[in-house]
Amino acid sequence: MTARRLVAVVPAWNEAGAIGAVVDEIKAVDPGIEVVVVDDASTDGTADVAESRGAVVLRLPFNVGIGGAVQTGFRFARDEGYELAVRLDGDGQHDASEIPTILAPVEAGEADLVIGSRFVDGSGSYRPPLARRLGIRVFARLVSLLGGQRVTDTTSGFVALDRAGIELFAAEYPHDYPEVEATLVALRSGLRLAQVQVEMRERTTGSSSITFVRSLYYIVKVMLALLVASLRRYPRLQAARR
Amino acid sequence: MTPVRVSIVGAVAAILLILVVLELIRGRRLKERYALLWLATGAVLLVLSVWREGLNTMAGWLGVSTYPPAVLFAVATLFILLVLLHYSTVISKLTDENVDLAQRIALLEERLSRGSPPDG
Repeated sequence: MTARRLVAVVPAWNEAGAIGAVVDEIKAVDPGIEVVVVDDASTDGTADVAESRGAVVLRLPFNVGIGGAVQTGFRFARDEGYELAVRLDGDGQHDASEIPTILAPVEAGEADLVIGSRFVDGSGSYRPPLARRLGIRVFARLVSLLGGQRVTDTTSGFVALDRAGIELFAAEYPHDYPEVEATLVALRSGLRLAQVQVEMRERTTGSSSITFVRSLYYIVKVMLALLVASLRRYPRLQAARR
Repeated sequence: MTPVRVSIVGAVAAILLILVVLELIRGRRLKERYALLWLATGAVLLVLSVWREGLNTMAGWLGVSTYPPAVLFAVATLFILLVLLHYSTVISKLTDENVDLAQRIALLEERLSRGSPPDG
């Protein structure tokens, strides 16, 4: 696939039942991919399962939340000098065989950040419940408006990054419910963003971290974060680019 | 006019606050940088309790000259809000630093397990 070193960052919290297959699937795409599982202080042995499948495991000493976990993986990628990174969720909802697809625009030098989106061209089969669909659409519109580029899926955790993207997210990544805000931060920092249609699977084990009760906090927190992020200044990253 | 008893109780309470804060600093249970706002609160409340003319004048400005101690309560509330807000910023900073430390530990432990030097 590529000669440049590629790392797959996989945040996981109590995903012992799914993480083994996730690691295997990524390695099956290309054995040269360094799979880095960030274990967010799981209590079910997630870290040991991942390690037994040949993944590099970063063990957080206590639970820091999905954003802090993902950022740990990007810090690893930055410190170890990786040129490319993809991020997949540890629950198996992202199809590793689509890694080459979302990586393509980055490898071609056309984008710094590629979002695997479920809604690029309407060909996807994912039909979320009305409330969630509405939420996803509102955030997408808002980020598009504030970031100056049309974004179709801001809540996707399936992304690919080049070195500029790795360095940005290693230094700056929101801590909880991070995807929406991170997309805006990337746009405002001058990263070139591309979107690729992907499919996402229904989760096999565990449950989504976004329960009905938490969704109100989610909406308010993300709205506030977007407002603040659009008022903040971010250093433009043109200089960091090849 | 402010009732004399209000002035006395206010002054005693302010002095007690200042003494308790100083004692906490002396016993190293409170860092100076987190004590300054409390000391300022005590000092301002002490001044407003003792300086009765000033309190009356301020009450006149705010349209509560019929009950000047209201100014005392308002100022006390304002300072407590300031202290709380200050603590929120301190907690936010600690949270960020805590996450940063957790991430560094995870990265360093992984390096150690590989046997590569911690700053390679």
